[in-house]
Amino acid sequence: MANATLLISLTALPFAGSVIAAFLPANARNVEAWLSGLVALSALILTTACYWSVTDGGVVHYEAQWLPTLGLNFILRLDGLAWLFAMLITGIGFLVVLYARYYMSPEDPVPRFFSFLLAFMGAMLGVVLAGNLIELVFFWELTGLFSFLLIGYWHHNANARDGARMALTVTAAGGLCLLTGVLILGHIVGSYDLDVVLAAGDLIRSHSLYLPALILILLGALTKSAQFPFHFWLPQAMVAPTPVSAYLHSATLVKAGVFLLARLWPAMAGNDVWFWSVGMTGLVTFVLGAYLASFQQDLKGLLAYSTISHLGLITLLLGLNTPLAAVAGIFHIINHATFKASLFMAAGIIDHETGTRDIRRLGGLYRFIPVTATLAMVAAAAMAGVPLLNGFLSKEMLFAETIAAHGGAVDQALPFVATLAGMFSVAYSLRFIHETFFGPRAVTLPRRPHEPPRWMRFPVELLVVTCLVVGIIPGLTVGPFLETAARAVLGSALPQYNLALWHGFTLPLLMSVAALTGGALIYRLLREYLLSGVEGPPLWRHIKSQRIFERVLITISWRWARSLQNHLGTRRLQVQLRLLVGTAFIAALWPLYQHGLAVGRIASSALDPAFALVWVAGIACAVGAAYLAKYHRLAALILVGGAGLVTSVTFVWLSAPDLALTQLLVEIVTTILILLGLRWLPKRVEDIGSRARATTVRSRRLGDLALAIVAGGGLSVLAYAVMTRPAPQSISRFFLEHAYTEGGGTNVVNVILVDFRGFDTLGEITVLGIVALAVYALLRRFRPASDSIDIPEQQRLQNARDAAIPLRPIGATVTDYLAIPAVIMQFTVPFISLLAVFLLIRGHDLPGGGFVAGITMTVALLLLYMAGGIRWVETRLRVRPVRWIAIGLLLAAGTGVGAWLFSYPFLTSYAAYAELPVIGRAPLASALLFDLGVFVLVVGAMALILLALAHQSIRSHRTPGAKTAKALVTNEEK
Amino acid sequence: MEIILALGIGVLAGSGVWLLLRPRTFQVIIGLTLLSYAVNLFIFAMGRLRTGTPAILAADRSSDPAHYADPLPQALILTAIVISFATTALFLVVLLAARGLTGTDHVDGAERES
Repeated sequence: MANATLLISLTALPFAGSVIAAFLPANARNVEAWLSGLVALSALILTTACYWSVTDGGVVHYEAQWLPTLGLNFILRLDGLAWLFAMLITGIGFLVVLYARYYMSPEDPVPRFFSFLLAFMGAMLGVVLAGNLIELVFFWELTGLFSFLLIGYWHHNANARDGARMALTVTAAGGLCLLTGVLILGHIVGSYDLDVVLAAGDLIRSHSLYLPALILILLGALTKSAQFPFHFWLPQAMVAPTPVSAYLHSATLVKAGVFLLARLWPAMAGNDVWFWSVGMTGLVTFVLGAYLASFQQDLKGLLAYSTISHLGLITLLLGLNTPLAAVAGIFHIINHATFKASLFMAAGIIDHETGTRDIRRLGGLYRFIPVTATLAMVAAAAMAGVPLLNGFLSKEMLFAETIAAHGGAVDQALPFVATLAGMFSVAYSLRFIHETFFGPRAVTLPRRPHEPPRWMRFPVELLVVTCLVVGIIPGLTVGPFLETAARAVLGSALPQYNLALWHGFTLPLLMSVAALTGGALIYRLLREYLLSGVEGPPLWRHIKSQRIFERVLITISWRWARSLQNHLGTRRLQVQLRLLVGTAFIAALWPLYQHGLAVGRIASSALDPAFALVWVAGIACAVGAAYLAKYHRLAALILVGGAGLVTSVTFVWLSAPDLALTQLLVEIVTTILILLGLRWLPKRVEDIGSRARATTVRSRRLGDLALAIVAGGGLSVLAYAVMTRPAPQSISRFFLEHAYTEGGGTNVVNVILVDFRGFDTLGEITVLGIVALAVYALLRRFRPASDSIDIPEQQRLQNARDAAIPLRPIGATVTDYLAIPAVIMQFTVPFISLLAVFLLIRGHDLPGGGFVAGITMTVALLLLYMAGGIRWVETRLRVRPVRWIAIGLLLAAGTGVGAWLFSYPFLTSYAAYAELPVIGRAPLASALLFDLGVFVLVVGAMALILLALAHQSIRSHRTPGAKTAKALVTNEEK
Repeated sequence: MEIILALGIGVLAGSGVWLLLRPRTFQVIIGLTLLSYAVNLFIFAMGRLRTGTPAILAADRSSDPAHYADPLPQALILTAIVISFATTALFLVVLLAARGLTGTDHVDGAERES
């Protein structure tokens, strides 16, 4: 259990550190470094502490419920392999933090850097510790996201943005494939739990879906590990700050791909498909990467291609299907991480000290920075596979494995191809050493180089010493750890192997010697070509993967998208709406066409002539509004109000008093709202234009009319068909039966709103608040059209009349007109407010509630405004709707949270009655408090919307200047 | 009763759809309002029509749920009414702002050229 706690802290620590790092001041370089260093170091110690639990195939588990209904749990699982990776991630992470402290310049915004770095570390730990495939993919995508942010850290640089975007596009696309593959895998096994999946190897390999799952998972792993043909993103990612490259491309990001291969090795490897896909991809990448690396002119570019090549080597080993090769693969993961991290850091030091990474400009640096040069040389020798260093050991294991029989023609060629790739590795390593540290002294360096600060070099020293020690006494140093990791992958199949420097005169040794001498020879032969200063190998350099990638992207995301949009899309709203209505109609018609539609058998209730009359008026209003909406807006608005009134009457007639009340009140505010908007709309005159146009307009209208009739008729028939059938059993019964016993109220509709479905209502009022704020924000920058800026004609006439009479103030006509109504309006305000409170309090038992009460209160407020005018009200009353929205939301949410105090679920309500003086017996459910929140929010939101719109009329609007208008036009054209 | 309400819903929806397809923003806003009435009434009709039996529990009436109007559609519509006010307001302001920017009240932000 103690170990489980360690696991949680290990995963959570980097993320916590990341959040803290993000909020430190921009110049806190030291604090950031200390924080990040401590986090990484603590994570390293935590990982180390777990070691004794994972030896001999032990596994540390932590499991928490996540989505139990879907069989998904949050599982952290640390076995030998995960432990090894966690050590690399935290250990090299710590060294990178130390290095970055000196590498980053004081001008760089370090909080961002360290925050992303720590978050990335957490994501990587998540990948290796995930005990559930879905969880693994989640953290996998998280690594992609944070690597994107890290690669694009210097985002003012266009190359950095492009490189980051390419890395994200490639690896995230791979991640999507991985997710699909993992889903298939989970489907095959019946569980996403890693333990179950790893134990189901035979089932998986014999399943018919094995191939698609394998291909998709490999797409994920191979893109992440930059395997051919997805290798091109890695060199582009070299625009990242060097500490990022040292971290991402040695121990972490790209290793996630090979980690996944190793992780799923027991479940998916072991047949020809695996050998051909994984092994051959690895082989091609191994050779190609090494070949291309030899031709790079940029230090980091060389290291990038060499990373691709070494990842290819690891992939090849994992693809060979033999346990011994898998052990060698895991061994090389460790070795590559150590020497490549140190080489990247060394390249960073050279860049930092000389101001350039261009091999053509560098040379003779040994004289200036002898210590760094020696370190880099040892690391490069390890990369080349020189004896006494760790790279030699794993490369020899590779050579030994390629000799072992696998069957087929490839088998005969494998040792030779591997030796060839080995030669190129030697060639580029030699080149890295020779052309940087030896040869003629560089004359065109931007800076005169010095040895870097003590602690900047320390990480390199530590890593290089590791390379040496592991290379000389592997059995005593890395041996046990390697065995732990390999046992986690191979289990009982762990083969006998002997980690030693000297195995006698064997064939692999001969291959190593051949690679070393051949490499030196190749370098000698290539020098001529390389000194000419061309970047990239002959012929191949004309194939620019990056260019191809961009071309493909542009074709898909721009050309095809554009032409699709041109052919299938339209920007015209009317066409879209026509399609929408038409589609909806067909979608509704389809099932009726298949199953037929008969009117139900229940006899209609007796026809009430009064009701019919009401609806005659309603129908007239609706048709009238539709007819008049173009040229007679005010009339249309009044008619819509009529239709709304009929709706309201229908509600009250048919036993829905709450709805009737709400509808009636909303009708009032909606009318006021649109009235306020009318002033900003243009005057419309009847003008159809040319005769030809009139015909097209008429035919379009006829079409629309048909659509409208069909849609309306369809809805009529459907409604009638439903109403003449008996009501099915629904959950309404539950609400009716439990409203009083559990909700404590007799108004079932209100109890549903504030109790049973209180969470919905909370969401609902949140939306209301957001909409009100959006309206407010939109109106703050409101610029009316130029012809609407002048005060309206009516007002102008009135003002002119007022001005003509001496001693009469402007606006007196309106005041006179409204003198008596204003008094009445002001007089009614307290009564309406009282009504609002009454509706609020009784809402739980009788028609009413927070919504209705809120609108009533808004109406009272509006009356006040209408009677006195904006200025009159606002000099006397503090109207702060935004604050009301906040209070309402907090009140409603707080009531919900309050239930937690009594250890009930969110929004559980408590009901009681209280005897109040004067008022008498009143329901006092906690739901009332919630309803109060609804009430306050509704008042705030509605008031904010209406007042913001009303305020536009007294704002002085400037005519938009010709300049801005022109700018707008040109923007439009673009 | 049913036939009248069904007809009413149809006419409201038809008028709404007609206005929805018109080129002027004001027509669309009125159309949406009419359409929301129609939809609300349609949802309401799903609970069947009952007169004189509001979903308010009373001691003197039978506790059998069959004696009350269906409260569920009512609860759904109640919030829908308030939200439709909010969306109407948002739409109104957007159309006013669009008219300020484009100088026209055509739904596409530009008068048709043809």
